[in-house]
Amino acid sequence: MTIRSCLFSSAAALSLLFSVGQAQAQAPAGPRPPAVFPDARTALTGGLRDAGIAASNLALEYSVAPPPGFFDPDALFAPPTNRAEAEALQARNRASPPRYSALALANSDMAMSNGRLFVGNFHGFNGYDVSRGGAPELVLSVVCPGGQGDVSVHGNLLFMSVEQNRARLDCGVKDAEGEVNAERFRGVRIFDISDLNAPRQVAAVQTCRGSHTHTLLPSASDPNVLYIYNSATSGVRKTDELSICSDGEPGTNAETALYSIDVIKVPLDAPEQAAIVARPRIFADAETGAIAGLWKGGRSGVSSQRTAGTNHCHDITVYPELNLAAGACSGNGILLDISNPEAPKRVSDLFDPDMAYWHSATFNNIGDKIVFTDEWGGGTSPRCRAEDPANWGANLIASVREDRTMEGRNFYKLPGIQMATENCVAHNGTLIPVPGRDLMVQAWYQGGVSIMDFTDPNRPTEIAYFDRGPIDASKMVVGGSWSAYWLNGRIYSSEIARGLDVLKLVPSQYLSAAEIAAAESVMVATINPQTQTRAVWADTPDVATAYLDQLTRASAVNAELATEVRSQIDPWRAGSPDSRGAARLARTLNAESEKATGADQMRMKALAGLFERMAG
Amino acid sequence: MFPVSGILIAAALSSILSQQSAPIFQPGAPGAPARVITQAEAVDLGRTTFIPADVAFMQHMIVHHGQAVEMVDLLQTRAANETVRRLGQRIASSQAAEIDLMRDWLNTRGQPLEMPGMAGMHAGHDMGDHALMAGMLTPNQMAGLAAATGPAFDRLFLEGMIRHHQGALDMVDELNANPDAAEDPMLSDFATSVVADQSAEILRMQSILSEL
Repeated sequence: MTIRSCLFSSAAALSLLFSVGQAQAQAPAGPRPPAVFPDARTALTGGLRDAGIAASNLALEYSVAPPPGFFDPDALFAPPTNRAEAEALQARNRASPPRYSALALANSDMAMSNGRLFVGNFHGFNGYDVSRGGAPELVLSVVCPGGQGDVSVHGNLLFMSVEQNRARLDCGVKDAEGEVNAERFRGVRIFDISDLNAPRQVAAVQTCRGSHTHTLLPSASDPNVLYIYNSATSGVRKTDELSICSDGEPGTNAETALYSIDVIKVPLDAPEQAAIVARPRIFADAETGAIAGLWKGGRSGVSSQRTAGTNHCHDITVYPELNLAAGACSGNGILLDISNPEAPKRVSDLFDPDMAYWHSATFNNIGDKIVFTDEWGGGTSPRCRAEDPANWGANLIASVREDRTMEGRNFYKLPGIQMATENCVAHNGTLIPVPGRDLMVQAWYQGGVSIMDFTDPNRPTEIAYFDRGPIDASKMVVGGSWSAYWLNGRIYSSEIARGLDVLKLVPSQYLSAAEIAAAESVMVATINPQTQTRAVWADTPDVATAYLDQLTRASAVNAELATEVRSQIDPWRAGSPDSRGAARLARTLNAESEKATGADQMRMKALAGLFERMAG
Repeated sequence: MFPVSGILIAAALSSILSQQSAPIFQPGAPGAPARVITQAEAVDLGRTTFIPADVAFMQHMIVHHGQAVEMVDLLQTRAANETVRRLGQRIASSQAAEIDLMRDWLNTRGQPLEMPGMAGMHAGHDMGDHALMAGMLTPNQMAGLAAATGPAFDRLFLEGMIRHHQGALDMVDELNANPDAAEDPMLSDFATSVVADQSAEILRMQSILSEL
């Protein structure tokens, strides 16, 4: 299962060259290691608001500075990198002590609902009206410190992850004393946002390790029930503070709050009654039932990553239509059957010696691939420098077999080398709904935003990017894109220190105007990126042209057939479709598809199906 | 090859928006209404900092980890068992990486790497047992370890390192017992990973020890 990745581990490379050569002989499109090199985004000029920008096939439409109350230059976090800097900082701090902890005002994750974009922050969250397609308009700011402030939305409820000890039930930070404090809050907050002029906290579900991220899972059978899968990564709180909690390894404490996730049930007509209903042991050994059944932590080989032990998930992405969830769980990637939301059951797991910390997961639209990210170093370090391995801190593209086991296929890392002044590693993204292709837009902190085509899981490639220079050219100040999501036609990027960016796709040889139009036509009322829904496309001239553009780009159709397809699309676009011609073309395409393979075969069949429906 | 096309300096095409404003709310406890606060109050709520106990924890843990690295140095020439040797190397590399992280944490916050009067602790000279961090070997015990070779060394090494790791867990417990400590997210994450890693290593060492 890990042979492919061992290929890219330098120590194992020689011993495996032979077997890999064989694999490539059988499959011409075999994996090859990711390549990184200097490009236009490598040496951009620095600056908080005026850094140099490089973009390829993406255009920055709007850049919105952090709202009042969510920015202070003193809150920027700059680890010194040499002795002189350290001494200067020490002197400064002795004169006046620092007022903020790291990331105190950092922007984090996003969700969108009914034309409103919610941007989480370690300090609370902000709401923007984006319904009119222009610049995002700030409509609401809520201050409620506690980090990391990941947000989700369902109906009139907004959910927020809280993990830090300093967080309080009443959203304040002061006057809580004692080792055990009834005012302390670590878990998932629930806000009623039905009136943006009077947001109200309606519930706060306490959990043993707080909440680092959470995932919404609406019940398929009961519209009044919403489940939350809570992923928590920090320490276990004291039993005296929360009676269901106790710490320790399973060998000494079978009730340990480690090695589980929290399943929270929210009755939507009475959200104040939200409560934990299960803490399933999803890492248990399938045969022995031992609670700690997955990776124990450490290196698997001399030159391997030091992979974290699997006692929690960092993030879970559910795909309700498939009854599946992909868990990025510290030392492993796991696949869960969620047919019974209260009892998720692990059906397979993946380990890889080049993955340090399994951080997040994204299915492709069909659900036969999963992109796992590796947050090597935790996000505050520069990990995209020339000397950093190209398969560390990267995406691992895995395929999902019929029997729901997973296989790692290849890595993808931000191709453009970044400087030591830029924190950079794989982070959060979503699919871009282009029919016929698997595209994902993704945040790489100060590495910027990158769009990856992983239609061929063995050969993921970049087709577009946007990047700024470092916040400060002289030292590493933590910042960059936390999440970059495709949300109803635009890419929204939540920048840790600089605010909110809106990006638009620009046509190129890698992505046509029709493909972009097809993606922009997909509209979803509510988007919580960790709750995936299947993109569906209406039968339109743009969608047909998108498939044709892809087949032409891949040289999978001859010129004659391409012309015939175009001669059907043009009158259709002009408002006078030719149904008899469409029926004939559908037959031709179906016949041609038998000669094609892989993605091109699927595109041809999809195009044939489209013309069949048009013919009536 | 790698796609590079249409490089453009996008700043000219985009509008950089000036700061907008909207009401800033601070919610109350569940069920209670929110109140509207000023921009200055909002920023004030974000201010947190570390306390002297956090700094002392990091300073002490650097010394504590330093001894583990020294113990592994002894292992290079004295160990008999290959598994012990490999485990030791892994411990040394992870402890060295964590020492870097702790130094960064202290440097970032303008804090000295050592407590006043701590100089010399690394080498363990001129100190009574009482001055050592939890689980650390005394100078006499270090000398005993240095004098041993072969299977006797392996046993002493594992016993010492288990106690040493247990000491680190105790140090984290002590830190967490202080309600105002470990509120800095990076420190909190670090303390959590110390617990996770060292607990796992203790289990591993106990299992090796039982098979010696």
